[in-house]
Amino acid sequence: MTERFNAAELLAVIAARQLHDDTTVFAGVGVPLLAAALAKRRHAPRLTMVIEGGIIGPEIAPGRLPVSTNEMRAGHRATMLPGITDAFLFAQRGFVDVGFMGGAQIDQYGNINTSVLGPDYWHPKVRLPGTGGANDIASLCREVIIVTAHEKRRFVERVDFVTSPAWLRGDDSRRAAGLRFGGVSRVVTTLGILGFDPDSKRMRIEATHPGVSTDTVRGNTGFTLLEAPRVEVTEPPSDDELAMLRALDPERRFLGT
Amino acid sequence: MGDPHLKPAEYDFIGARERAEAKRKSAGEKLTSLEEAVARVRDGDHVGVGGCLFSRTPMALMREILRHRRRGLTLSRNLTCNEGELFMAAGAASRIVTAWMSIGLPWGVSKILRHYVESGAVALEEWSHLALGLRFRAGAMGVPFLPTLTMLGSDLVGVGGLKTVQDPYTGETLAAVPALFPDVALLHVHRADRFGNCQIDGYPHMDADIARAATTVLVTTEEIVSEEETRRYPDRTVIPGFVVDALVHVPFGSFPHECYALYEADYDHFAEYTAAIDARGPAAVGEYLERYVYGPPAWSDYLDLFGGERLALRAKRAKELTR
Repeated sequence: MTERFNAAELLAVIAARQLHDDTTVFAGVGVPLLAAALAKRRHAPRLTMVIEGGIIGPEIAPGRLPVSTNEMRAGHRATMLPGITDAFLFAQRGFVDVGFMGGAQIDQYGNINTSVLGPDYWHPKVRLPGTGGANDIASLCREVIIVTAHEKRRFVERVDFVTSPAWLRGDDSRRAAGLRFGGVSRVVTTLGILGFDPDSKRMRIEATHPGVSTDTVRGNTGFTLLEAPRVEVTEPPSDDELAMLRALDPERRFLGT
Repeated sequence: MGDPHLKPAEYDFIGARERAEAKRKSAGEKLTSLEEAVARVRDGDHVGVGGCLFSRTPMALMREILRHRRRGLTLSRNLTCNEGELFMAAGAASRIVTAWMSIGLPWGVSKILRHYVESGAVALEEWSHLALGLRFRAGAMGVPFLPTLTMLGSDLVGVGGLKTVQDPYTGETLAAVPALFPDVALLHVHRADRFGNCQIDGYPHMDADIARAATTVLVTTEEIVSEEETRRYPDRTVIPGFVVDALVHVPFGSFPHECYALYEADYDHFAEYTAAIDARGPAAVGEYLERYVYGPPAWSDYLDLFGGERLALRAKRAKELTR
């Protein structure tokens, strides 16, 4: 990585590029929401954001980024406030194309843990905040994209607890559990873009960021990664993308220093 | 994990129906005091809490429950903020039913959550955001469960004892989310008439479902309006008066949390609160309870601790944010 941008900026720009015009996206606060807002401003003006606070079609005002999905900033100039339950029911009905999520602990099948560390749920070594809407996004959106820093301690062979289901134990296990739709398609990280083998559903390297080797990606992952038939190299964030992104978060609330 | 954690009384739709039938469904006066309203809450009750995270939290009612030193309560709320921490530290709640708990992303993982749950002092029963919303909705509908496509396949299934059901038409497997009929609902709304017809602006959250699901409904309101005002905009009424048992007029009744378009949350207060916990650990919440809950007798005394200037600033900010 060069010094032109930091990790959060890289994640937001690469994630924004995954979104297409004339679609809908379920986005959590922080980098996912920044990425969605950037996509809408730059290349997807007919993108509709859905926020789990029960908000449809908000406009994210520069310098007024929400810190929670339920506070007033999250609903700035929204087109509808249906309430939390009904916002998720739009996803259950099939109206939400992409779910954008962060991850605390992620495994080789893309399952995410944001609940507990340690083997016993009722006596955890570390209690984390929990699912919030993440389980619902992972279960109900047509496609899920995870956006996360790439660290060995986060990328573990098996999560202690499956809070948000991706491909569960691989192969056909997601479908067998009754999860008829969706699933994680990509994991955008600070080192590259990961996808999943179409059959085994094990995680694989699909692209690396400029200057990052596949060995570096493997070295920062706690399980054996597969490799796509052709590993691409991503385009670095352009000055234009970075300027637009930075304008959205002038206080550096989520982009950091 | 599994069935032992299911609480049959929570989804007993027949018992809930009988309680609703037996309830006095009055179109009469509901206005009362916080003290009198909260006297209806008993030790061991399941308390459904309206609002979400630091939005429209029924803080005045919750503070009063803490002042009444209730014990063994279960709190259910979709996203639980520092009000849940106060109930943990006060020894008032022994179980929290929620999808997420902490103050919010900028304040990190709650150290109070960690302290009380990791030690086993408080049980945290986790459901997905939608699943908990559907539990309240099933309660509001008077049915024992609702089928849904969420929460399947995850380890959350085992935590609350979620069961699956086979669709009798297609044969597909669905989650059967059990109803949740709380003993008591605590809600804070923007306006109500004195008969308890309630209107909410901005985010509706799950308040209307929680009100219908619960046996006893306690409401605080920012503003009391005339009956004529209700009748002029009946489309804005989300909770009918006959559902409400007690109504209290409490301006700034969510503070330091926000009330849509009326006042912003006091982020500085969150920063002071978490800084004290960082410095002194869970004991800081005990000090907080003394200063903000047990000390000031009336809600107006509590608000005086913040001061009029601070409240006015938050009100001004809310107007700017929702203009």
